[in-house]
Amino acid sequence: MKHVIAVLVENKPGVLARVSTMFARRGFNIHSLTVGPTEDPGMSRMTVVVDGPEMEQIVKQLYKLVHTVKVTEFEPGTAIEREIMLVRVNASPKLRGEILDAARVCDAKAVDVGVTTITFEVTGPPDRLADFLQLMSTYGVTSLAKSGRIALARDQKTAKSQTKSA
Amino acid sequence: MPEQLTGAQALIRSLEYEGVEVVFGMPGGAILKAYDPILESPIRHILARHEQGAGHMASGYAHATGRVGVVIVTSGPAATNLLTALQDAYMDSVPMVAITGQVATTSIGNDAFQEAHTWGMSMPATKHNSLVTSADEIPDAVREAFHLASTGRKGPVLIDVPKDVLVDMMTWHRPGEINLPGYRPAVKGHPRQVKAAVELIEQSEYPVLYVGGGVVAAGAADELKEFAELINVPMVTTLMARGVFPDSHPLNLGMPGMHGNYTATIAMQRSDLLITIGARFDDRITGDPKHFATGAKVIHIDIDPAEISKNRFADVPIVGDAKTVLGQLIAETERRDTHPDRDSWLATLHEWQATYPLEYDQDPGGPIQQQYVIEELHRLTGGDATIVAGVGQHQMWASQFWGFEEPRRWINSGGLGTMGYAIPAAVGAKVGTPDEIVFAIDGDGCFQMTGTELITASVENIPIKVAVLNNASLGMVKQWQTLFYDGRLSQTELSPTVPNFAMFAEACGAVGIRVDRPDQVAPALEEALAINDRPVLIEFICDPEAMVFPMVPAGGSNDDIALSREDFMSREEIA
Repeated sequence: MKHVIAVLVENKPGVLARVSTMFARRGFNIHSLTVGPTEDPGMSRMTVVVDGPEMEQIVKQLYKLVHTVKVTEFEPGTAIEREIMLVRVNASPKLRGEILDAARVCDAKAVDVGVTTITFEVTGPPDRLADFLQLMSTYGVTSLAKSGRIALARDQKTAKSQTKSA
Repeated sequence: MPEQLTGAQALIRSLEYEGVEVVFGMPGGAILKAYDPILESPIRHILARHEQGAGHMASGYAHATGRVGVVIVTSGPAATNLLTALQDAYMDSVPMVAITGQVATTSIGNDAFQEAHTWGMSMPATKHNSLVTSADEIPDAVREAFHLASTGRKGPVLIDVPKDVLVDMMTWHRPGEINLPGYRPAVKGHPRQVKAAVELIEQSEYPVLYVGGGVVAAGAADELKEFAELINVPMVTTLMARGVFPDSHPLNLGMPGMHGNYTATIAMQRSDLLITIGARFDDRITGDPKHFATGAKVIHIDIDPAEISKNRFADVPIVGDAKTVLGQLIAETERRDTHPDRDSWLATLHEWQATYPLEYDQDPGGPIQQQYVIEELHRLTGGDATIVAGVGQHQMWASQFWGFEEPRRWINSGGLGTMGYAIPAAVGAKVGTPDEIVFAIDGDGCFQMTGTELITASVENIPIKVAVLNNASLGMVKQWQTLFYDGRLSQTELSPTVPNFAMFAEACGAVGIRVDRPDQVAPALEEALAINDRPVLIEFICDPEAMVFPMVPAGGSNDDIALSREDFMSREEIA
């Protein structure tokens, strides 16, 4: 089962290396990891999607890193989760209309049209991306790039926030 | 007018500001600038012969004194040589600050001469590390490093300092307040958990205190003794905790685990409650975890939340400093004022102790038994010595046969198992506690890794004493090949004559003594104990066939503890 955790870290050089080294050293598997600035210039937020049953150890080991300030593990449904995807699909002129119709239904935006391909941008929750990808696979996906997940807790006190002393 | 200092001067002054009295190290190109102000500093510098040695010296110093050990080396190969000592200190939670030189900031990443990615390589081998990028950052970087090394779960912290940062000028300022929003080690245990722990102890019929190195690190030996006597519960002390509770105390069962004694190991197996303090259910303690203490509930007190339920589920987790939590447990126990009867449990354990003592035979006409050397040394010193061991058979025998009465008098490499630890660590320990007898008990395999630090001991006038228990082999590995590979010895036999360790010691400026008969053991030790102006090494030509028992085969159940070679062989036959 995949778990989504938000890791608030001090915005210091090498903090990404510290986190990824820890995951490698402890044998934890990362499905995706994103990192970027937050509203506080001193802090960065990482969103990590991890596999596996060792969530308690992962959270504790993250906290052991000196530059980790807060770790939040999201219960399913308690976070707004988004990903962005660029997907290039085989699209002969004959099929182009059909593919564009399908894309419209899925809220996919055509961002580049070539002689035999169309490239779509899809933004949304992970399952929407998965659905679109499956749909397009019948036409043939030639290239794919995904951003990895970002997440924020919904504005309710529902996220399971594990405090440092836990 | 504000004082203008070079980064190098600021670095040495920052160390003085931390109260550092001694640093261990070796100069080189990138760190050169920092060595100049050492000439004017009251800080003593011990010049090691290898950076790994310098690192273990800092570790030995920290073990013996409880203070932060400091090591300074240059960039590149010096930093990579230091890595072993860092990982060693990390595994054993030893407070250390390492300062490494680095190529200039303008050269980083260019594969400059003696460049290595020290900061990246040391990341998983340290509690924390940093790369200083301007001279102005130095006071805060040093303050932060000492704070991190010496608080919470202690450990090594590295500061990588580029050459140009040491040259640059800065306006001297004292370090500011520590600003680490993500670092808040717990001190006090949760009162509800403390209460739950005391209740469990009351209900338990077969409790065992399982005490590790964290109690030494917390300086909680007094509280531990008070608590153990208050609840009248027997105790096992792990390899890292030897001496935190007197071996002569009737509640002390000694060391459990792979080479632990029968009573300590089996007491844990039969226990219904392990009161764990500053220990981490290491595989050398538990054997096969599926068969470890299957009937026991666990109270786990540790300053590091990540240790709790890592290897063994904790029924009552308590995160906090061992000294503080023991104080809370004592208060809660006294408040409840119940006194469960432990007489039959203790009687059983004392019966096991009488039935299954640690044993060896010293044939007066036979080869020297290693255990005999250790016991004779204990007799002649009255146990008043700090014992420093390497890794292997000699280490296990020292832990088994030395009667430890005080904390910080037993220094060894537990977690990483770093062969060659003893000689440099003894040097560091002697520097930190110059009035104590510091006796390294080493093996011939270990000594050949770092024995050149005996030169450091001679030249720097650090009169350590060394017993090399020479069995002309990598004894522990040979033992495994003997027991588990049908005696097929592969690359574990060393030369019985080369080197001549006593002559080597003389060449290093130490006194060298070589004996090979049991009746020579005590006179040689007496001679060594009488020499206090120089290091002295005694080479004991020992029994090459001696083995460490009891033994639980790696990955086996602790229930299958073998008491002797004969016992082991008879089990093999049954199996």
